[in-house]
Amino acid sequence: MAECCQNEKFAELQQVIDQLKDSQGSLMQVMQKAQDIFGYLPIEVQNFIADGMGVPVTEVYGVATFYSQFSLEPKGEHTLSICLGTACYVKGAQAVLDRIKSELGITEGKTTADGRFTLLATRCLGCCGLAPVLTIGEEVYGRVVPDDVPGILAKY
Amino acid sequence: MENMITLTIDGVEVTVPEGTTVLEAAVKANIKIPTLCYLKGVNEIGACRMCIVDTGARAFNAACTMPASQGLVVKTNTPAVRAARRVNLELILSNHDRSCLTCVRSKNCELQTVARDLGVDEIRFSGSNGEREPIDDSSVAIIRDPNKCILCRRCVATCYNVQNVGVLGATERGFKTHVEPLFGKGLGEVPCIQCGQCIQACPVGALRERDDTDKVWAAIADPTKHVVVHAAPSIRVGLGEEFDMPMGTRVTGKMAAAMRRLGFDKVFDTNFAADMTIVEEGNEFIERLTKGGKLPMITSCSPGWVKFCETYYPDFIDNLSTCKSPMSMMGAAIKTYYAEKAGIDPKDIVVVAIMPCTAKKFEAQREELSNNGLPNTDIVLTTREFARMIRQSGMDFATLPDESFDSIMGEGSGAGAIFGATGGVMEAALRTVYEKVTGQTLENIDFTAVRGVEGIKEATIKVGDIDVNVAVAHTTGNASKLLDAIRKGEKQYHFIEIMACPGGCVAGGGQPIVPAPIKMKEDPRVKRAAAIYEEDKHLPKRKSHENEELLAMYREYMGEVGGHRAHELLHTHYVKRPKY
Repeated sequence: MAECCQNEKFAELQQVIDQLKDSQGSLMQVMQKAQDIFGYLPIEVQNFIADGMGVPVTEVYGVATFYSQFSLEPKGEHTLSICLGTACYVKGAQAVLDRIKSELGITEGKTTADGRFTLLATRCLGCCGLAPVLTIGEEVYGRVVPDDVPGILAKY
Repeated sequence: MENMITLTIDGVEVTVPEGTTVLEAAVKANIKIPTLCYLKGVNEIGACRMCIVDTGARAFNAACTMPASQGLVVKTNTPAVRAARRVNLELILSNHDRSCLTCVRSKNCELQTVARDLGVDEIRFSGSNGEREPIDDSSVAIIRDPNKCILCRRCVATCYNVQNVGVLGATERGFKTHVEPLFGKGLGEVPCIQCGQCIQACPVGALRERDDTDKVWAAIADPTKHVVVHAAPSIRVGLGEEFDMPMGTRVTGKMAAAMRRLGFDKVFDTNFAADMTIVEEGNEFIERLTKGGKLPMITSCSPGWVKFCETYYPDFIDNLSTCKSPMSMMGAAIKTYYAEKAGIDPKDIVVVAIMPCTAKKFEAQREELSNNGLPNTDIVLTTREFARMIRQSGMDFATLPDESFDSIMGEGSGAGAIFGATGGVMEAALRTVYEKVTGQTLENIDFTAVRGVEGIKEATIKVGDIDVNVAVAHTTGNASKLLDAIRKGEKQYHFIEIMACPGGCVAGGGQPIVPAPIKMKEDPRVKRAAAIYEEDKHLPKRKSHENEELLAMYREYMGEVGGHRAHELLHTHYVKRPKY
């Protein structure tokens, strides 16, 4: 990434911090905005937030790892989320996940080396009738079996 | 006048100032409420649920966070309270590595004590059944064992709230929760200052010092090695606690005897080097003061503080005294002056320093703290490791006779002795600087304004025609406050003493660990410091520049104070260090 864009992003984050710094319990809000700006929360961004908010960076990191919505690594072009909620799980989501992992060669929470896919295991997506369910971006795939996986991935 | 309130705990009426917690009120009423995560003034978060009490509310309350109120009726010992505490404790124990027999904290473990006190005789839960996790031994000074961590966060609070460092935090959630540095890094890979206050805070064996006793045993057993030991001022007022003596017992003579019986070839005293530090540092201060050098000059004895300065306040590096710490001065002098006098090849000398400090293990490894290709210090042992060696040897410490240190580096003045307490280095320096500048004898040598455990102390001392403004800070958290004020131009000083640990070295990271429930009643910083000032009073010489053996060293070997050889051997430099 060009340095100019990076500087602009930090400037934008600084504005967010300046706005929210003095309101109590605003760390998470700042972190959410930071993730919107940068796409993820690398150590430089966490340090920047910690300095700006006057908290130890370990606290920022603690929040970032506590909530699954935060990512410590850059997200791929497409985010593949597979539901491991109760309904999907009993309908065989684990086997689908295993197949995805072997097709992409990554584990949950990771991004493929070519930056195309990020794989997330999620809780209920709210469409248990379609179990097991996975989503890629906004697209929903229902009643997936392991052998569907290569075909689905090929579309992206 | 404080508003007083009266409450009833287990039928006992107790009157306390408003704002007192139920736990503190119970301590006052001599009622023991078990605690684990509570650390007075540092970590009061009600997380471990050991201190829950019945206040008549819908649910039990944590006594450590609940403010006492007028007319409150508290029950600490009902069947329901006991049962609830027990379940909570069993849940904590279910996920704890219970290898107590081989644990460094066995017999001084707060978890063990609470389990015994609550009468836990079985653990009905199986825990996460997770695999054993790797031990973090990346740091030269501090070892972290996540298998023993009970997630009380006392270390987290100490590292940030007390020390303003913050390299430890709670990560992830549920069974995956850890207290650790960020991004999976080890303690040796983050800007930790190795002060070891996390070890002092840890109720269990999850944080401990790196044990170097085997290296010392090996050196002693090696007939080709000449093993020289010296012990810092604070060891003699802390070591006794490891052998069940009351806090603040002075064991100087027994300590020297124990060293000799362990098989060390020479038993020297770090206080000798403390005096050396004072004459060098006093001279440096007078030079800076009279010749327009960088002021304020800040002491550099505390390796935790030095690394803190290099990492977090690098703009103050030029303010640091160039003097090596007493430990490193001692080593440098042993391997040159003593080696020459004794006719021993310095390569065959092993210098063992007994320190109240974990950061000294890091200091010993600093490349710049070596001369002629030899490190000034070969091995650093904390007070606790030294006590371990004494126990292993089978000695009965309490019945040892009082012995003296060996000549030619065994004499220490009262000024050297007080180095261990916050304000001690300042006081020692003032005793010398005053006489050097004015040429007059200092009559009242007790500078009480710089004594005591207040976080930041200030004084103005008239030295000749100069009003010298001094400040003393202990804990790097207080150091931050002081340095921030200087940066903003709010404060101006000539001379500052900073020690990384609360109370100074007497409560250093390597000293005997005092369990939190005892700290609620007794302050080791105060008790040990009182012992150190007693030590000072009883010494024949109380000013560093009157130390006869030290004067002999300058006369016969080192030359002028601050001279060429002194500079080469006794002074050093510092480096700016990155944070992450």
